Amino acid sequence: MITFTVNGNAVTVDASGARRLLDVLREDLGMTGTKEGCGEGECGACSVLIDSAVVNACLVAVGQVEGAEVLTVEGLERDGELAPLQRAFIDHGAAQCGICTPGMLLAAHALLARTPNPTAHDVRIAIAGNLCRCTGYTKIIEAILACRIRAT
Amino acid sequence: MPYPRYLKPSSIGEARALLAQTPNCHVLAGGTDLMVQLHTGQVRPNALLDVWGLEELKGITGPDGTLEIGAAEPYSAIIHSPLVARDLPVLADAARTIGTTQIQNRGTIGGNLATASPAGDTIPILLAADAIVITDRRAIPIGGFYTGYRTTVLQSDELIVRIRFPLDGRRIAFRKIGTRQAQAISKVVLAVCREPARIAIGSVAEIPLRATTAEGALAQGDVAGAVEAVAGDIRPIDDVRSTAAYRRAVTRNVLRRLLTD
Repeated sequence: MITFTVNGNAVTVDASGARRLLDVLREDLGMTGTKEGCGEGECGACSVLIDSAVVNACLVAVGQVEGAEVLTVEGLERDGELAPLQRAFIDHGAAQCGICTPGMLLAAHALLARTPNPTAHDVRIAIAGNLCRCTGYTKIIEAILACRIRAT
Repeated sequence: MPYPRYLKPSSIGEARALLAQTPNCHVLAGGTDLMVQLHTGQVRPNALLDVWGLEELKGITGPDGTLEIGAAEPYSAIIHSPLVARDLPVLADAARTIGTTQIQNRGTIGGNLATASPAGDTIPILLAADAIVITDRRAIPIGGFYTGYRTTVLQSDELIVRIRFPLDGRRIAFRKIGTRQAQAISKVVLAVCREPARIAIGSVAEIPLRATTAEGALAQGDVAGAVEAVAGDIRPIDDVRSTAAYRRAVTRNVLRRLLTD
């Protein structure tokens, strides 16, 4: 039995510790917001946060998150309202097919938590591990920049 | 697909015992290589020994004129370490070139060493710094760590605990050449020091190596001679990422630039 927290809720799964966190999220917990792209840590579609650090869930053995806090795209909304970042992606047309979007959102969420007022360069570095084959990135970068908390 | 047993020791002692008594057991740190190999079936271990959370493999400290990095400390910790920024900033520069944020949050020097890829991005810095690999039983100078393509002197039940960098004020320059800045496996990766003369290069042979003939020239102050000699010190191949001819040319050009800038 492996116990950890997903989006603030404690979960216990009866799974081999060697299974991928990605598979346990999608198959055991039914949380299909986290996507599988390449399955080898290149594309970032399966990005989730573990204790605030963005990681590829395809590269994490679920035994390694025992006791940890996992944040997935399902955990970004608050009280049924989309998070500002999610709203900005819609407003800026930053999603097309949508496969990269959950990972993009989490990579951006991790960036903004650490660097509330990032430059466009910071954003490019932060999402360098999230591949998008539809939008060409510009709208994604604009959406993330729109969520900056500017120093006044 | 049967999953390997998952073992999570709480100390080095327990890890050693588990490794010794479990045949075909693979050590798991950040999983950036091993989890892919498992999923694709390239490796089929009986068990995984997870050392990611072992306290004894964590920490970045500076005892007695050295810098020590825990073997399971992720690259992001190196990037954000004030101690690394003060004492060996080139190591943080190199860590920033590894993969992406997602990979930097999981990849470790210990894992890079044990995987023994000839393209390990930080390994030339270890070579240029005369780093020492501290295991659960001995101290291994980096120059004697690799024995061949993806092989090392590590015994099957031996665990890398930390990496020690002697600090003698040497200045190391670093450059990685890849297809793009993020998520690229290097075509050529160099770490260079003028005094003492060190020219360490990855992705140009079956192991990361020191260019000893070129170092001899550099030790005499002969930069042109070092650049001339380096092509003979390396053994690059044609592969999916680059060609031997390109690697030779780029190694010389980057070495010249690192030594003259």
